[in-house]
Amino acid sequence: MDNERIDHIIDKHHSEPSSLIQVLLEIQAENHWLPREALERVAERLQVPKTRIQHIATFYKAFSLVPKGRHEIHICVGTACHVRGATRVLDTVQDLTGIKPGETDLDLKFSLQTVNCLGCCALGPVMDVDGKTHGKMAPSKTAEVLKNYE
Amino acid sequence: MSEILLQIDGKEIRAKEGTTLLEAARSAGISIPTLCYHEKLEPFGGCRICLVELEMRGWTRLVVSCVYLVEQNLVVRTRSEKIDRIRKMILELLLAHAPDAFDLQDLAKEYGANRDRFEKEASFCIHCGLCVRYCAEVKKKNAVGFVDRGIRKEISFIPEIASRECWTCKECFPLCPTEALQAAYVLVEALAFPKSSSESASGNKEGDRPRI
Amino acid sequence: MNSRIMARINSPEELEKVRQEILSRRDPNTPCISICAGAGCIASGAGEVITAFKAEIEKQGLQADVDTKETGCPGFCERGPVVVIYPEEICYLQVKPEDVSEIVSQTIKEKKVIDRLVYVDPTTGEKAPRESDIPFYKNQERNIIGSNIKINPKSIEDYLAIGGYSALAKVLSGMTSEHVLEEVKKANLRGRGGGGFPAGSKWEGSRNAPGEIKYVIVNADEGDPGAFMDRALLEGNPHSILEGLTIGAYAIGSHEGYIYVRQEYPLAVENVNIAIKKAEEYGFLGKNILGSGFDFTVKVHQGAGAFVCGESTALMTALEGRAGEPRPKYIRSNIVGLWGRPSVLNNVETWANVPLIINKGADWFTQFGTERSKGTKIFSLVGKINNTGLVEVPMGITLRDIIFKIGGGIPGGKRFKAVQTGGPSGGCIPEELLDLQVGFDELTKAGSMMGSGGMIVMDEDTCMVDISRYFLDFLTDESCGKCVPCREGMRQMLKILNNITQGKGREGDIELLEELSETAIEASLCALGKSSPNPLLSTLRYFRDEYEAHIKGKKCPALSCKELIAYHIDPNKCQACMICLKKCPAEAIEGGKNRIHVIDEEKCTKCGTCFEVCPSRFGAVKKISGEPVPPPIPEEARTIVRESKQK
Repeated sequence: MDNERIDHIIDKHHSEPSSLIQVLLEIQAENHWLPREALERVAERLQVPKTRIQHIATFYKAFSLVPKGRHEIHICVGTACHVRGATRVLDTVQDLTGIKPGETDLDLKFSLQTVNCLGCCALGPVMDVDGKTHGKMAPSKTAEVLKNYE
Repeated sequence: MSEILLQIDGKEIRAKEGTTLLEAARSAGISIPTLCYHEKLEPFGGCRICLVELEMRGWTRLVVSCVYLVEQNLVVRTRSEKIDRIRKMILELLLAHAPDAFDLQDLAKEYGANRDRFEKEASFCIHCGLCVRYCAEVKKKNAVGFVDRGIRKEISFIPEIASRECWTCKECFPLCPTEALQAAYVLVEALAFPKSSSESASGNKEGDRPRI
Repeated sequence: MNSRIMARINSPEELEKVRQEILSRRDPNTPCISICAGAGCIASGAGEVITAFKAEIEKQGLQADVDTKETGCPGFCERGPVVVIYPEEICYLQVKPEDVSEIVSQTIKEKKVIDRLVYVDPTTGEKAPRESDIPFYKNQERNIIGSNIKINPKSIEDYLAIGGYSALAKVLSGMTSEHVLEEVKKANLRGRGGGGFPAGSKWEGSRNAPGEIKYVIVNADEGDPGAFMDRALLEGNPHSILEGLTIGAYAIGSHEGYIYVRQEYPLAVENVNIAIKKAEEYGFLGKNILGSGFDFTVKVHQGAGAFVCGESTALMTALEGRAGEPRPKYIRSNIVGLWGRPSVLNNVETWANVPLIINKGADWFTQFGTERSKGTKIFSLVGKINNTGLVEVPMGITLRDIIFKIGGGIPGGKRFKAVQTGGPSGGCIPEELLDLQVGFDELTKAGSMMGSGGMIVMDEDTCMVDISRYFLDFLTDESCGKCVPCREGMRQMLKILNNITQGKGREGDIELLEELSETAIEASLCALGKSSPNPLLSTLRYFRDEYEAHIKGKKCPALSCKELIAYHIDPNKCQACMICLKKCPAEAIEGGKNRIHVIDEEKCTKCGTCFEVCPSRFGAVKKISGEPVPPPIPEEARTIVRESKQK
């Protein structure tokens, strides 16, 4: 991500140090991950210590310090989905993709992450792929859904 | 600043407004154990071992004395069955990480903490935060910071800053109760310091750095 | 939705003029198709339904005569996409794009009800075509959430049409800030986010605290998994929150407000940002609101995925652009809060109650609820329940009524086991307490708490030991890690519970768990740590026998914990249909046509697929726990001899 783009985002927030998390969220949304150079630029322009950025980028689940796959799979493991069997859905997806939550496969095709409640509990268990919510999931249905993604 | 009158362990104590219970107790010769407290740093309230019992209007309440400010007519107890039980548990939880840490041994003996109560954990950092806070608040270099949260929390040096600043400083080293800090420094030095250290600001050359 | 660009409204009188003008343009007899566009229904396909309606209306040339409206979430999420046709209030459920042309032709043009799309009572078979007749809605008191289906959240005119901003106008045209505060105190509005702290007292503390600069904050982090009330309110009626917040700001003397929204709710973020822009355009935010001389601006701040940021001091730390670690403060944040200044932080639902209290008065508000818990509360009823969704009920209603009368009971004929309230800080309430009257203090006394309103229903298949392990797993991930009792205490508690659910539990485990719980409760830095043992302690209180079965008998009575169960095909019931054999992802089932299937326990990964897919008329797959799996029957005995079809 080039500095011009980053500067534009920072300027939108008036270079305020307290907007650090909002700035990083925008970079994450556009770029799908936070490259080191981007973080250095942010540290410089917002005048915040690198340790603070290091802490924030690892403390909050929304951020990734490594490139993500083409398709991001989020499996909801909130209580309502858990009670309806989300663990078994997660296990099956782990087997199918070969990766664990927080990981990306070697082809950079899928990234897997657990999420703690998307607020669609009536459809539980819920699996979100690239922002599209797939509800009423079961272990036997996961292969069908993931087959559609290249 | 007005003067506050309070009672700690039965002793009548005078303290200036804005003093913490810990400072007030210590200046009266009453000892309260601490692990994450340092007089040059803002109180952290992380280790919880400095907990004391407050009595107000018939209720007892546990507060950390390094943060709680003195109040008029407060009644404070620094030891009780409950406090001792909790301090013992805190020590046992920390001993699982750093069973041989020098700073924990005397306290462990005093409170009867069993170093083998819990299975040993891989990391011997006890997260007192002294290194991170000292570097941020006193040296203002921010060379070391926290990473992640919860049970995955760790400390980590910023390689570019550490390679420039730490060799000639190392003021945080003696603060670490378990020497996890020194280990973290050695690790980041081995793995991540920029290659041409001969250009570092302190003028050190590659060969100047003795082995630890 | 076309709304004209308005000049700023400069007085309460002008507002009334504008409102009347809007209403005069709207004929209440014009058919209006309201389609829920909340996140849940959108995930069920409401987007396609909306597109289909728009296309069909155009195709039939009805644009001038029929309105379509994409609305906020009315709460009947189990049966979404939900469509309500006004003015008759005909409610259609689980609508698909294929149903749309029929709806337009039959219901809109011919005023005929389409039976297959209306609600049918599962026991009596009675149909309830009108929204207000549906038992799910009928038994609620929908003072707040009832507005959602009537408005398009992206339209400020819709909000004005239902009386929006009249409370703010009332406040700014003659109520002193003391008067506003008194009304909120009189209403006894207690925080809806979990603490149940009296909002009036909180506001009063900030009002009287020294300092010129004060803040009001909306906590829309809604971190409790399974709770989505705030999502529905913020997505579905964002102006009501803004109105409540502005009134609160006026009461305490604040001119700057923040809305902290979790980033996992992109639609809520979008809608509240649109609402703020519109409110600024119309003059409900900004300088000299409605000509009163009162200034107030609001900023939206997104969360970044941390449950602990729902805790008020952590939230304020996050607003300051730092990692959300709570602060060990003994001075409340309404006195020393954001940037060290007096800050009133309240939950979304708390703020949503404020315009109601001002418009209808504290006396009206206090007629709902119990002595110490006034008003209504929105609960998210989820888990093993027939009517999953959001329910708004007066405090004092029994758990039984919520779960069975409104919720429709447990699906699949299973037995109710427990209801979990209060999220990870709460506890499980068993069957014997189902007649408990819902209220802040009552739930706390039962070993749980109100929390933000998540109500997770569990049945006989839910393992209570696994539930407490689940919450500890959640909390060890979400803990900020600063203090020892929470970080280290929960680390060890999770280890023990993992062992117990894997059959490695030992004598003394429960006692150690209780000791670690005491340390966490007494010595943790913040409410997350202090309440972290609640799920464990409440399940121990009511389901201790399950813990003992796991530890002593290596048995999971609910047949849930993977390491303690085995799947077994009953040779007497297996009809060799080959469905499980083909679907088994581990290829662990041996058998064939007319050959009884047998599970190879070594290969079995306990995924449960065979159990899921075995046709219910056979019911041959069983789960076994606490006893050895019967050995496979000999090869020779596996052939099924079918009776010949011709006699």
